[in-house]
Amino acid sequence: MAVLELRSVSKTYGAGPAEVHALRGVDLSVAAGTMVAVMGPSGSGKSTLLTIAGSLEDPTSGDVLIGGRELARMSRNDKARLRRRTVGYVFQDFNLLPGLTAAENVALPLELDGVPARRARAASLASLDGLGLADRAAQFPDQLSGGERQRVAIARALVGDHRLLLADEPSGALDSVNAEEVMRLLHNACKRGVAAVVVTHDAQLASWADRVVFLRDGLVVDQTAPVPGPESLLSAGPGGRPPGLGTGQ
Amino acid sequence: MSVRHALLALLSEGPKYGLQLREEFEARTGEVWPLNVGQVYQTLQRLERDGLVESDGDGDEGPQKGFRITQDGSAELATWLRTPPDLASPPRDELVMKVLVAMRMPGTDPHEVIQVHRRYLVELMQQWTRIKEDEADFDVGLALVVDAELFRLDAVIRWLDAADGRLKRAAADGPPSPPAALPRLRRRVGVRR
Repeated sequence: MAVLELRSVSKTYGAGPAEVHALRGVDLSVAAGTMVAVMGPSGSGKSTLLTIAGSLEDPTSGDVLIGGRELARMSRNDKARLRRRTVGYVFQDFNLLPGLTAAENVALPLELDGVPARRARAASLASLDGLGLADRAAQFPDQLSGGERQRVAIARALVGDHRLLLADEPSGALDSVNAEEVMRLLHNACKRGVAAVVVTHDAQLASWADRVVFLRDGLVVDQTAPVPGPESLLSAGPGGRPPGLGTGQ
Repeated sequence: MSVRHALLALLSEGPKYGLQLREEFEARTGEVWPLNVGQVYQTLQRLERDGLVESDGDGDEGPQKGFRITQDGSAELATWLRTPPDLASPPRDELVMKVLVAMRMPGTDPHEVIQVHRRYLVELMQQWTRIKEDEADFDVGLALVVDAELFRLDAVIRWLDAADGRLKRAAADGPPSPPAALPRLRRRVGVRR
């Protein structure tokens, strides 16, 4: 079943001549264990799509379903609970609270959800450990490198039972080696069953996704075919492109 | 990729047999550049003729014939390593031509043409990224080769994005510039034919 489903979602800001159609009838379905990248230029509606998918904003029309539940039919409290329990967010600028340690930052969504402090801390340390940050748990954000901060933000997004991960240019502020590490971690989370939507204008990030959706002027204009195995590069043959792996000639 | 200089590089580590050279070449490039035995021996013969390598003698041409680099070979290798490849004048790029044609062809939406190529390039990048994901952890050489391919494809996509944006703005601003722009550009940047 799809963890996230957008059905004919539109979003309009303003009215009359100042009306802006940020999204126009967008359909999107993201299954468990799948990473979908949304690519498009600035102003194409990428960020609006993400805030609507995360129930931070309501669509003007259309339906959003998370875990099969229709958001429009849920109370404000139910939606807030769903956000805390099911959805993790990763932003370009990390959004860690500077006064809290890495472990406290990661435990925060659980504590806000009423999980007892001891259990929240244990879950936080497990999540940090999963991202290779066990020894950084007691550090404050300003004592961490950019790459480490983003890994803490991912640990926070994955802590507990988060099944949907929404990321906005998650490695935009990092160098290419750290950016690759961030995408590798997000992709590993998907292999363990998380569904992820990553919005980006960076093709190198998008290429980690199982499917890339192209957004333009609020419309989904195109998407990639399923990724074939590496053997497909074998048959590319000569003519400027490397013939690929393991042909053994 | 110069097979000639790759073989010199391998021989700079010490004397080697022909078959060994082929295996090491493939291993170092993450097997992305397969090489056949004929190519290896032909290249070695030319290197020997030019005095850049020496062989064990005139006898056996088989896989057990050993080769070593000469002083001239080492000097040639050092020079090659520091000689920039010819990136100074842009090649005539087929994709650029296609977008230029799409821009002026009646009934053709250049944005749609751009998107067809963008999707194809992203799909290629996805395949390369899978290879890196599966194997590159264990093989730095392969990771470097795949990175080079990813950065090259990424650059083409960035150009498509820029072209997309530029065409959108041009359409909003009014009629396109006169067609004389292309020949002028060609003279100025010296596009290769």
